[in-house]
Amino acid sequence: MKHLRPVNRKALRIEEHVAPREDDVVALQNPAGPKPHIPMGCSLVFFPGWEVDSAGGTAGLCQPVERDLFDCYVTCFWPAHVPDHLNNSPDWTSKCAVGTKDWRNVDIVFP
Amino acid sequence: MTVYSLGEYRRFRGQSGDFLYLVPSGGIFSLDEPSAAVLDKLSDGPLSRTDLIGQVSQKIGYSPVDVAETVQELCQVHAIRDGSPISTAPQQLPEHFPLQTLVMNLTNQCNLSCQYCYEFGEDKIATPEGKKKFMDWETAQCSVDYLLAQSEGRRSVHITFFGGETLMNFPMLRQVIDYASEQAARKGVKIDFSLTTNATLLTPVIIDYLAANKVGVTVSLDGPREMNDAFRVFSNGRGSYDIIEPKVRELLARHHTRPIAARVTMTSQAMDVFKIYRHLKHDLGFHEVGFAPVTSSANRLYSIGVPGMNDVFSQFGELAQEYLSFALRGELHGFSNVSDTLAELHQGVNKSHPCGAGLGLLGVGPSGDIAPCHRFVDSDQHKLGNVTTGLDKQKQSDFLDRGNIQSKTDCHTCWARPLCAGGCHHEAFVRYGDTGHPNLHYCDWIRGWTHTCLEIYGALAEKNPAFLDYFAERKAV
Repeated sequence: MKHLRPVNRKALRIEEHVAPREDDVVALQNPAGPKPHIPMGCSLVFFPGWEVDSAGGTAGLCQPVERDLFDCYVTCFWPAHVPDHLNNSPDWTSKCAVGTKDWRNVDIVFP
Repeated sequence: MTVYSLGEYRRFRGQSGDFLYLVPSGGIFSLDEPSAAVLDKLSDGPLSRTDLIGQVSQKIGYSPVDVAETVQELCQVHAIRDGSPISTAPQQLPEHFPLQTLVMNLTNQCNLSCQYCYEFGEDKIATPEGKKKFMDWETAQCSVDYLLAQSEGRRSVHITFFGGETLMNFPMLRQVIDYASEQAARKGVKIDFSLTTNATLLTPVIIDYLAANKVGVTVSLDGPREMNDAFRVFSNGRGSYDIIEPKVRELLARHHTRPIAARVTMTSQAMDVFKIYRHLKHDLGFHEVGFAPVTSSANRLYSIGVPGMNDVFSQFGELAQEYLSFALRGELHGFSNVSDTLAELHQGVNKSHPCGAGLGLLGVGPSGDIAPCHRFVDSDQHKLGNVTTGLDKQKQSDFLDRGNIQSKTDCHTCWARPLCAGGCHHEAFVRYGDTGHPNLHYCDWIRGWTHTCLEIYGALAEKNPAFLDYFAERKAV
């Protein structure tokens, strides 16, 4: 809560009780666990990289398009899109600490 | 169209900020500027969503988005209503409510003849004629077994010894403590003991026994000599102060394993709250002093009356301010009425019944008869069963239905009901002849007192929240 601050124990319980109703709907939300919920295996995943927002661009997507880099590079291995981090390019994203900010540091790889 | 109106709450100030005490949940929230402004606006009357958000945001210069968020939060905690129905169905009492405390009246005999005594005085409800005067071992043993059998699921239970004068049956008290400790240990249950006494029979041997067994002690006395001796007298009319004073000093000097409390009955002759408090806390050295106005029907010689109660109440307020100044420095003050109320506010209790009588607490008399609490012991009219045969469920549920806040319609518009729930069953019976009657003669004082304690709670939440941790473990009665 932003405007009301719970003070006694009952107020804390009330806050806990109303908190879930307060959250906005997010992509891939999972009521029981951490959000967003990422299912195992990329074939199940609905990723923003292949989508456009309502204006036809990628700026308004609910998740940044740049996170695609890591979804293919670390959690899956899909050599058609990105270098493989296991054998040939283990350091490909070493200069890219935060995908949404540092993606320009990721260079093209020539095998 | 959504129309907003005020919900049920009590608004109060701490030292600098605004707070809400929500009714009936008992939640306490602090307000920021937009939430205070929304409540101010709605106090003029209900408003549509567009008008409310528009007018408030214009007035205080917050964005409509901020005000809309505030409205949503206030609605979620039911401080304001949007017209959607709110479930008011009472929570049903659990089918099996395990016993926690047994008050054992070891004797109905007393060596004092306090004129206002609810057991022997003009308003007595006990009918001890033809019953045992002292609890025998068989009944005591049965009572302990009853407590342990009926407290299934509790990790700790409590026995309070009461009377009459408890210490007139000290040998039995020792026997009960030995037996109950042994049985509780066998069941893996924690047990503790306390007693109330008039202190006349305390001896060094008894005091050392109580200290060694960590028996909590509450002493009934009414203040300095002149106030105490007005009504707390022996049967020959002689005051009891000179007898108890050295014994109380000895008790406080030797018993350090539990805090020792004084319990003052306020009467027409004992109304100087400060004088009583200073004497008991500072001259004698009690850890805590609790005050309760005498229970009586109106117009008794000892009853306080409305003007007197107003005076007592304003002194309570002043002593409560002293409590606050101590608490802000992180020091404990001995005015236990404040501590008790703060403990309940801290938990945010919302009571269906004023106390645990007949539910988690029962009283048992020398004959083994079970009563809702010690104040009803030996009264045939209020007997709920016997420790040998168990509770009469029908009588118990009649008592509990009467005492339930749901049946006290007078209370349904009162903001103090989460804490008060209509007040003491015994007091109600003495005044109105019905244990389920709301104690309407002290509503204004209860509301005033609750408001005073809310302000203290708010001030502490702002300036010294660490002090409130002290109440996290304090039992909310």
